[in-house]
Amino acid sequence: MTTNEQADDAPAPALSIDDLHMAYVVRGIPRDVLRGVSLQVTQGEAYGLVGESGCGKSTTAYAALRYLPSNARILDGSISADGRDLTGMSSRELREFRASHASMVYQDPVQAVNPVLRIGPQVAESFRILGQSKAEARESALQALHRVRIASPESVMERYPYQLSGGMLQRVVIAMALAGDPKLLVLDEPTTGLDATVEAEVLDLVRDLRSETNASILLIAHNLGVIRTMCDRVGVMYAGRIVEEGTVADVFDDPSHPYTVGMLNSIPRRGVRKTDRELFAIPGNLPQIGDPLPTCVYVDRCPIVGDVCHTEIPPVVARSDGHWTRCHFPDKIDEVPQPEDVSSVAEIGDEEIIGIHGVSKTFRQRGQDVPALVSIDLGFASGETLGMVGESGSGKSTLAKTMVGVHEPDDGGAITLRGREMAGKATQRRHESIQAIQMVFQNPDSALNRSWTVRRILARSVKKLTGVGGDEADERVREIAAAMRLSPRHLDMRPRQLSGGLKQRVAIARAFAGDPEVVVCDEPTSALDVSVQAAILNLLALLQREQHTSYLFISHDIGVVRYLADRIAVMYVGRIVELGTTGDIFAGPVHPYTEALLSAVPSIDGVAADRIPLDGDIPSPSNPPAGCVFHTRCKYRIVGTCDTDVPPVVDAGGGHSVSCHLSLEQLPTPVQIVASGSDSPG
Amino acid sequence: MTDENVLDPASRPEEPSVDDPKAALAVPVENAGGLTRKQIQAEQRRVLLRSPAFIVGTLIVLFWIFAALFPGLLTTWDPKDFVTDANGAPVVREGPSGTAWFGTDKVGRDVFSRVIYGARPVLIVAPVSAAVAVAVGTLLGLAIGYYRGWFDEIVSRIIEGFLSVPVILLAIIVLFTFGSSRGVIIGTIAVLFTPVVTRTIRAAALAESQLDYVTSAKMRGENGLFIIAREILPNITGVIVVELTVRLGFAIFTVATLAFLGVVAEDLTDADWGVDVSQGYELIPNGIWWPTVFPALAIASIVIAVNLIADSVDKATKS
Repeated sequence: MTTNEQADDAPAPALSIDDLHMAYVVRGIPRDVLRGVSLQVTQGEAYGLVGESGCGKSTTAYAALRYLPSNARILDGSISADGRDLTGMSSRELREFRASHASMVYQDPVQAVNPVLRIGPQVAESFRILGQSKAEARESALQALHRVRIASPESVMERYPYQLSGGMLQRVVIAMALAGDPKLLVLDEPTTGLDATVEAEVLDLVRDLRSETNASILLIAHNLGVIRTMCDRVGVMYAGRIVEEGTVADVFDDPSHPYTVGMLNSIPRRGVRKTDRELFAIPGNLPQIGDPLPTCVYVDRCPIVGDVCHTEIPPVVARSDGHWTRCHFPDKIDEVPQPEDVSSVAEIGDEEIIGIHGVSKTFRQRGQDVPALVSIDLGFASGETLGMVGESGSGKSTLAKTMVGVHEPDDGGAITLRGREMAGKATQRRHESIQAIQMVFQNPDSALNRSWTVRRILARSVKKLTGVGGDEADERVREIAAAMRLSPRHLDMRPRQLSGGLKQRVAIARAFAGDPEVVVCDEPTSALDVSVQAAILNLLALLQREQHTSYLFISHDIGVVRYLADRIAVMYVGRIVELGTTGDIFAGPVHPYTEALLSAVPSIDGVAADRIPLDGDIPSPSNPPAGCVFHTRCKYRIVGTCDTDVPPVVDAGGGHSVSCHLSLEQLPTPVQIVASGSDSPG
Repeated sequence: MTDENVLDPASRPEEPSVDDPKAALAVPVENAGGLTRKQIQAEQRRVLLRSPAFIVGTLIVLFWIFAALFPGLLTTWDPKDFVTDANGAPVVREGPSGTAWFGTDKVGRDVFSRVIYGARPVLIVAPVSAAVAVAVGTLLGLAIGYYRGWFDEIVSRIIEGFLSVPVILLAIIVLFTFGSSRGVIIGTIAVLFTPVVTRTIRAAALAESQLDYVTSAKMRGENGLFIIAREILPNITGVIVVELTVRLGFAIFTVATLAFLGVVAEDLTDADWGVDVSQGYELIPNGIWWPTVFPALAIASIVIAVNLIADSVDKATKS
């Protein structure tokens, strides 16, 4: 029996998942991952799924195309698209279905393309399987690349994947996904690995294509801002079940499930700062797949839990039209505790503890000099957080590694500790210098030796950094572990046994082992879920209040930087283009690059009034543009000045400096976020 | 199998890998309160013990170890004795029978006894040479993988040079030059295998060196020796174990091959699988297959068994 797609009666939903139960078989044991997921994506709708890692949102996405690994088992429930049941399809029918009805865009475009095939034949392949001849497919591929607005598609056709940037590759992947004019497009974290500026462009493209093709979209993202700006409706997933569903405005502005409330409170929203209040950290841990959760999935962490929650599965309670929550006590939602206000404020000293003076770092690659850092000047006072933002490739991590002595700066620059110059390499540094600067890395899995116990990791750093040993060192390990809210039983565990948040606590404990003056935090929370991130940011703020430590806080998350940083430095192609207090940066005037960067961030509070697009890619540091390095992408560029002369530093007052040819009056102010509902702003 | 293990720096034995297509890319799954390391190891052990490949492989290897230790318990005839029937008459070139289970060879010795006794030389030479090769290769691979630079360049070129010459040819030349005592055989095979091991360990050490815990160690001023021995080495033991089992299989094979070619045996009357195959194979056209096929099967069985174990251990640690 075939289904008529142009049915006259009410059209079948583009995707309908009904009470789906799924498990993965791991080491011979089936482990529950979806515990009754139901959702519908109507024709032409964009539906978002949010939730923390391990909640099953990706499994749901893959299930939507029945694209599942061999150890997945569908235990119960049904999946249908366009009225066609996917659960019963043969593999041949499925192939045909995926070719013509639905397609998927994955998180990492680099892994989604074949690295040894040129882009042209690769995109053409998507059309070949639709039955087109070689010449037709090539023509269609070119059209497809035009459609995703790739600059000079003819030349892109001839290039290999490694020659394209992440953003361009994701466009290529989208072009391939659209080959069969799919009615359903599943996007699984399509912008997660991309810079905010590139992310904004990809999201713009998806939005445009959606109105062009009228395809339905199922979008998976952990970034709530992306969901808010892209989707009509959103489902909040937790432990394999959708706990709340509604329009994005309803769910994000009037959350009705304790988990949604907790998750939203854990994100720095509406310009909140570390001096205002703490972030809300949901107590407890996410359940693992396979954990038995017979009643409410959130019962172990819920602040408004009652007796009935332990015995009965919560009902679906409608809040308003189309907005429902799966909770026994939706009326008690106001009793969910709010984050605590911060009473004391860390004092910022006026003496410069660590100074970076004219530091450059040039790498030699294939006989060519690559200036990764160009004459950086920064100073850290005690108790101060310097936030650092910029696209990837701007030199943020190089600066961090140069500070801690992994890279040696070029001759001429100096890193000073209380005015005294320190050696370039950590192995040549004096003991106090090593002790003074430590670092917290992005990924605790990589940063902690997985064959060492927590105790050994901490004890080694205590011994190396403070020189004490024996019982004294043991005592110190217990002290710092307690200060990081690690319990003594964690000390004898290995990193693998700890959750992501606990691992990052261990990494922070290690950095604090020798009472450092400055801790370099290189994206310390970007590998963590938002509720865990909140706890880590709270911890960092608390340690700063108590120990007056300074931070160099590198992050791509502008909201997090705004929350934690006292001053913000904006980096571009190895240069600091703007430096100022957090208040000044967000109030403006700002550097044109900063303006674009701030406008690119998808906000959970609403939509940026006007996004400033950045054309092209960040220039390679090996061949930086002449004059102002930003002139190639700057919409305010003055021809004849910006492309020839290095810009002067404009003093905007209060220690706020901008490297730009524009005068103070000409500099732009950052765009404001308009709180908006599902109706798009004018 | 081994290459996969080596090239994948993220292969972590204890990880509860869910074959979720996204799991590899995603941020780490929250783990506290979930499975402990012990539970995971217990589950991995259960998978291993239930794996038919592992069971079969282990049984075969155990049998050969027993044969090497107590060959007299399994056989009635001495491998050098000539088999006689009930009347005391010699039994030469007879097929398998109740008297001689695997038949008798061209001079009348019991093929079964020779197969059982033949386990011992192989089980001494192969494990020792594999162990030496893995030990030396690990040290060298760790050093060049961590330090890189010109040291790595030079050693890597030498390794490539080594790998471009056929193994057996080199072995024959060495054994002809230095004689074929057991020590020389072990040394020769160890030297032949070291380059491959070095390359494998180098790749693993290189991947580890790029992880941030090594950066962190450098940052607190640790020296290279500490980083290699205490930080990196414990994290590549899985690779080393797999490498050891794989090399063991190859070593058995190489020992038998060299014996067949006649470059290792000092006394041709000693029971040795490779020698026996070479002594008997010209009789096959005459229909006398048993003096050749049984020792050959013995070689095949132990090589396959070791590989079965290597594969199932590899699979279980990755599950």
